[in-house]
Amino acid sequence: MPTETTTPQTPEVQDRAPVPAAPARVNGRWTGYRQLLWVRLLELKREPEIVFWVFGFPLLLSLGLGIAFRNKPVDTTSVAVVAGNDAAKTMTMLRGSSGHSVIHAAVLEREAALKGFHFGKFDLVVEPNADGSYTYYYDPARPESVLSRAEIDAALQAAAGRKDILATSTQASSEPGSRYIDFLIPGLIGMSLMNSGMWGIGFSLVDMRQRKLMKRFVATPMRRSDFLLAVMSSRLVLMVIEVGLLLVFGMLVFHMPVAGSIMSVVVLGSIGAVAFGGVGLLTACRAQKVESVSGLINLVMMPMWIFSGVFFPYEHFPTMAQPFIKVLPLTALNDALRATILEGASLASQSGRLLVLVLWGGLSFLLALRWFRWT
Amino acid sequence: MGSPIECTNLRKTYDGKIEAVRGLSLRIEAGECFGLLGPNGAGKTTTIEILEGVLAATSGEVRIFGHSWDENPRQLREWIGISLQETRLSEKLSVRETIELFASFYREPRPTAHVLEELQLTEKADSWVGKLSGGQKQRLAVATALVGNPRILFLDEPTTGLDPQSRRQLWDIVRAFQKKGGTVLLTTHYMDEAERLCDRLAIVDHGVIIAEGTPPDLIDRLGGHHVVEFETSGSQNGYGLDVWQKLPGVESVRHEDSAVCLNVREPHLTIPALLAAVNQQGQQLEHLSTRQASLEDVFVNLTGRHLRED
Repeated sequence: MPTETTTPQTPEVQDRAPVPAAPARVNGRWTGYRQLLWVRLLELKREPEIVFWVFGFPLLLSLGLGIAFRNKPVDTTSVAVVAGNDAAKTMTMLRGSSGHSVIHAAVLEREAALKGFHFGKFDLVVEPNADGSYTYYYDPARPESVLSRAEIDAALQAAAGRKDILATSTQASSEPGSRYIDFLIPGLIGMSLMNSGMWGIGFSLVDMRQRKLMKRFVATPMRRSDFLLAVMSSRLVLMVIEVGLLLVFGMLVFHMPVAGSIMSVVVLGSIGAVAFGGVGLLTACRAQKVESVSGLINLVMMPMWIFSGVFFPYEHFPTMAQPFIKVLPLTALNDALRATILEGASLASQSGRLLVLVLWGGLSFLLALRWFRWT
Repeated sequence: MGSPIECTNLRKTYDGKIEAVRGLSLRIEAGECFGLLGPNGAGKTTTIEILEGVLAATSGEVRIFGHSWDENPRQLREWIGISLQETRLSEKLSVRETIELFASFYREPRPTAHVLEELQLTEKADSWVGKLSGGQKQRLAVATALVGNPRILFLDEPTTGLDPQSRRQLWDIVRAFQKKGGTVLLTTHYMDEAERLCDRLAIVDHGVIIAEGTPPDLIDRLGGHHVVEFETSGSQNGYGLDVWQKLPGVESVRHEDSAVCLNVREPHLTIPALLAAVNQQGQQLEHLSTRQASLEDVFVNLTGRHLRED
């Protein structure tokens, strides 16, 4: 509040600079913003570690997981047959069954068979008894073990002469679009947006605060809004690269179909990047040391890694937890990405999820601005 | 138009208990190089950061060219250039990129090439900041302060930790800025820096100014322009300092470790009398030196402590 009424609105008019003016260049309104953004991108380019963690790591992860889950033959089951008089007969029965192509059976001593079963090498142990009956050892908590019991039982019963009364036929469905890798890549895009939003904004802001660089900046006529805007814009630039790389990678390497429009994916990515940028900003708004903000970032991201359906569908969690899971920003982003990429859903149909994201980003941003510490 | 920097009754209390600045008033005139001299923890950095508008005072008033920081902070920031005590600029940007970045914040910055030239950084323009020596980094920090074409330059401990050559280079830069009409406020705990560079000084201790004036003026107020320092063997402190105080021409006396320091107006009168007194007490003179009094002596006389305790 000016106390002197004589103070003019723009005081520089009456003040002659005591320092002789050098050949002037005049900066426009956005020069500072443009330079801040440029410098941020330059610095990023010069940090090989960051380039790896932001771009390389998600690609490696999807490559590794994609290969691991693609190469696993879907229906094979490994069983151990306990050595004894009837072992050879059992093996013949299994081999002769209609499902023999998916059954890997081996004859082992009882102890070795059970040990292999406990370590997950076998899904089932089959022990022929002296009276011609069979005992199955299986683990009801392991889906593949349960499956294996049904499979083997059917094979043995059929070989022993049981007739199927009902005629059935099956059709395998592992078309691109419904495989694990197709589920995974949109999840990885979401996770990658979260990671780089939280680390790229949260960590780097605290680092600048700790280095007193932020204090130095606010001691210049720099507009604080320009600074935050540049930070957010650099996220958007990176987002396009991150999302693009993963999408193209999925399409080329795993022939992932992209049903939705690229434009929708980019819009979704932007909203996601800005939402997590806001959360990152809030996480970093007070912290003075990078160590403390690292802990905070992990704390914020941990529930989303687990619950938001990056690697497996969150429907596995109890029904009671579902409403909480669905309001997490990463859940909303992953669901929207999957719907758009895999099912070709329109953005309008995702408005609920977009609202979740916008609320997270907007509220965090407002709170962050309120609490933000520049020095 | 008011003077470049003026503050009255500045106070800063951290967390409601630590009083870093306790009622400090200053007025710095245009074209002046003014120094805040004091030991670490005296409140110099707090004071300069309040004046720079980076830190809010608990109470008191600051005026930059007659304007307060609430009025039009962006305009005031156009007028000032700052080097903070410990800013770590981005290591992976080049010197030129760093200066360009800071230039972009000002309405009418100076050409980068001029600033590079003036700060003797032209050769290093394309090196990464991380590769610079301490002196070069400090010059770059000052370059980021000068690129906005400021009228006031604030330097917080600009030469701490620098080698003598780098210090002299920085002094030259400050003098050149002053010669062009700029006003400088710097903090330092080096008395030689304060003595050589500053037109006027305020000696700060425990958050208040304990003396203010030109360096010769402050030394004058000490009484003697010369310091006679000596040590005697078997020097029992039993004799006390009053023996020496009574010698002709002695203004004040103090112990300095095992030696005795006399502030003396006319050494040619004091020294013969001193020799005679030592003889008379049957002591041996171990060591005797005379030198010009310095700001350090002023500080020690005022506070009983040295500027640098290390």
